[in-house]
Amino acid sequence: MISFRAVSVTYPDAAAPALVAVDLEIVEGELALVVGSTGSGKSTLLRCVNGLVPHFTGGRLDGHVTVAGRDTRTHRPRDLADVVGYVDQDPSAGFVTDVVEDELAYAMESLGLAPSLMRRRVEETLDLLGLADIRYRPLRTLSAGQKQRVAIGSVLTAHPSVLVMDEPTSALDPQAAEEVLAAVQRLVHDLGMTVLMSEHRLERAVQYADRVLVVDGSTVIDHQPAQAMAHSPVIPPVVALGRLAGWDPLPLTVRDARRDAEPLRRRLAGGTALPPAGNGGSPAVRPAVVSAREVTVRHPEVVALRRASLSVAPGEVVALMGRNGAGKTTMLRVLAGVDRPESGRVRMGTRDPAGLRGGERVRAVGLVPQNPRDLLWTESVAQECRDADRDAETSAGTSAGLLARLQPELDVDLHPGDLSEGQRLAVALAVVLAGDPAVLLLDEPTRGLDYATKRRLVSLLRDRAASGTAVVLATHDVELAAEVATRVVILAEGEVVADGPARESVMASPVFAPQVAKVLAPLPFLTVEEVSACLAGLP
Amino acid sequence: MAEARLRQPLPRLLHPGAWWLWASSLAVAASRTTNPWLLLALLGVVGIVVAERRVPGPWSRAFLVFVQVGMVVVGIRMVLAAVLAGPGAGPVLLTLPSIALPDWLAGVRVGGPVTADTVLEACYEGLRLAVILGCIGAANALVLPSRLLRVVPAALYEIGVAVVVILTVLPMLVADLGRVREARLLRGRRSRPARAAAEMTLPVLNGALDRAVTLAAAMDSRGYGRTTGVSAGTRRLTTTLVLAGLVGVGVGLYGVLDGGTPDVAGLPVLGWPMVLLGCTLAVAATLLAGRRIGRTVYRPDRWRAAEWAVLGSGLACLSAILVSAALGVDLEGPTSPPTWPTLPLVPALGVLLGLLALPASPPVPLAAGPRQLPSARPREPAR
Repeated sequence: MISFRAVSVTYPDAAAPALVAVDLEIVEGELALVVGSTGSGKSTLLRCVNGLVPHFTGGRLDGHVTVAGRDTRTHRPRDLADVVGYVDQDPSAGFVTDVVEDELAYAMESLGLAPSLMRRRVEETLDLLGLADIRYRPLRTLSAGQKQRVAIGSVLTAHPSVLVMDEPTSALDPQAAEEVLAAVQRLVHDLGMTVLMSEHRLERAVQYADRVLVVDGSTVIDHQPAQAMAHSPVIPPVVALGRLAGWDPLPLTVRDARRDAEPLRRRLAGGTALPPAGNGGSPAVRPAVVSAREVTVRHPEVVALRRASLSVAPGEVVALMGRNGAGKTTMLRVLAGVDRPESGRVRMGTRDPAGLRGGERVRAVGLVPQNPRDLLWTESVAQECRDADRDAETSAGTSAGLLARLQPELDVDLHPGDLSEGQRLAVALAVVLAGDPAVLLLDEPTRGLDYATKRRLVSLLRDRAASGTAVVLATHDVELAAEVATRVVILAEGEVVADGPARESVMASPVFAPQVAKVLAPLPFLTVEEVSACLAGLP
Repeated sequence: MAEARLRQPLPRLLHPGAWWLWASSLAVAASRTTNPWLLLALLGVVGIVVAERRVPGPWSRAFLVFVQVGMVVVGIRMVLAAVLAGPGAGPVLLTLPSIALPDWLAGVRVGGPVTADTVLEACYEGLRLAVILGCIGAANALVLPSRLLRVVPAALYEIGVAVVVILTVLPMLVADLGRVREARLLRGRRSRPARAAAEMTLPVLNGALDRAVTLAAAMDSRGYGRTTGVSAGTRRLTTTLVLAGLVGVGVGLYGVLDGGTPDVAGLPVLGWPMVLLGCTLAVAATLLAGRRIGRTVYRPDRWRAAEWAVLGSGLACLSAILVSAALGVDLEGPTSPPTWPTLPLVPALGVLLGLLALPASPPVPLAAGPRQLPSARPREPAR
């Protein structure tokens, strides 16, 4: 269905090619997963399929990409619209109309299909993706998961035989990601559609894949899923556990791993070196560095926070969890003094963080927003670092040093817009940490991060917490919460519904439990690291 | 009773063109009179129809907003007339202190005696403008602007898309501006306002550009611009014809509305003939563009009996006013002397014909009906 023959891509003004000599053959009805580190060329590979590379991005493409017999050399993306459906990373950036139904019909209108046929296909697609009850809703009012499904539906109505998706679940909470992946699964199994998708969170998607394309250093290696996981530089925790325990074949799902894990569980249970309850100090022992008491925040159409309270002591790492729209971001903004609550009070020491300005603010609180790009606005990374040092009134080179630790090989002359998600996060973190804030707030820090960058982030956060910084993360990433959090706070509809030590909180919930906990339950292990530490202590 | 319910038309949204033509007819009718009773009657007719047939959602308030703007216009006109216009023949209401202006402003007068007829004339003219604004507001409340774009002729499709993109990107620009300001706060940046504005403009424009490129890629991936078998020449010709036609209609309508435009060779060339010429060009272009089979429309709006009836109601109202004017019925509000205005019977009955649009049009669909927009998010339950 899709074939790449000796394909190399070089972007204009790029020193090295983004892809080199790629040969691939994806047959009809396969679900191929594209994995690789941040900035490895995954998006380039996907964009080649419908001709966006090179027709839209510019640059040079050698070799041939053919889809359903059409060569992308001679066919522009619009000429491939009826065979390839392409869904971009951020679905809302690609919406052309303002209502769900119209958005579904847009591609068909462009293709000039008859109105009666369009009507039928829209109805079918609404059912296929479970969108029937929101068909008249304005797109801007949809949740992230709904938007993603609408984006998929909007290309499906053209009845393409290939669906290409760039990180379809990276911005979604676990439940919404399940929804989207289930819909994709149905397309592959019931309609025989060929699907090519990239995904950072392998733990979610690898079990559905028929094959895995590992993009690494501009080459692409084609594997069976289990085989790929044995070699891949990026692996989900369940595979890491399998590697540690030496299981063969490697398990891809919690179900498979649980079957293999019986002997391991017995061995671990015999050990004495069980991990401590809670990853560190218990809360409320030390006085809080920042606290929000009974805060209510109302946005025009929703109550974002409803008499929610949260206080954080120095050295604590609090994970704020809950579905999209539960009020996590608003809580961070209230703690940072960006949003002022309608009622209730926020205190940082004796002061209201909303009144902090200039260097004082930078030293008191740092917030890395969901899209780190929002913090960066100059022409180069080096300039950002210089500005940050000046704003924080610290010695020159502070942020550059922090950045070098997070992203050693980053070219500081690059424009922030040209960085990958992970690199951008690193720059934003370096900028925020320049002031050495007493409270560090991170909104969805692992969105779009590969495992290597994530590992560096985890070690950085642990260091900061150990040196007394209070950290609050809003995240959907249960693995991250399991690794760094000392406390988990779960929000729902703007209210705090659970607040307790991380280990107990995530173990108690089937949705929020990390993979290792699911495999080894009832033993209280959360991460592969803990398991390996425990095994090392055994005879 | 059951029979009556059976005969009730099924709820649906009318063709956008029907409401716009109805509202424009009433606006043109309003432009031909300064009689306050007639104008208020027109406003009342429009208001009643809007109350019954507006589409739920943020735009449903458009009518009231436009009327409020109209009231401000009336006020401003009256104040300006009192301060700036020369005294008329009527009784003096009050005398404002006048300001001596330099010689080179000899034609302008500020202050001095204010007479009743100048103020009253300004009031009537302002009211006329307010009613026209109300009609435009009504059209926006009756038809969602985005639906209007669906019926633009194929030849103007690209322009329609540009409008849609602008309407999507503008609110995002505002949101971006907010984000950049926040980022400055978070990073503790303090600089002078002028410098801050310069620092903020670039990222905001950058963001808008990035977004436009992403949108363009998405549209291309979904087959936008895949017009088949039409030469660039034909496309350019149709676009030119449509634009020329629209300009013709615009100029012609101006001639019709103004009534005081000069005739050429004894004919009111800038009036109806121009409108006809414009319409012909536009129709020719639409026919030409109709041959472009590249695009189709999802759930197209149909022009049915109800649309004809609504249009007829608007035109009936308009012709009653036009015919009365042609027959010499006085449609002016009396200003000199400023007597109490009377209500001319025939035009008044004509204005009421505009109300026929109400029984003629189908009800607006409620919760589950087609193409209906429920309010954005579920409301918070009251506690």
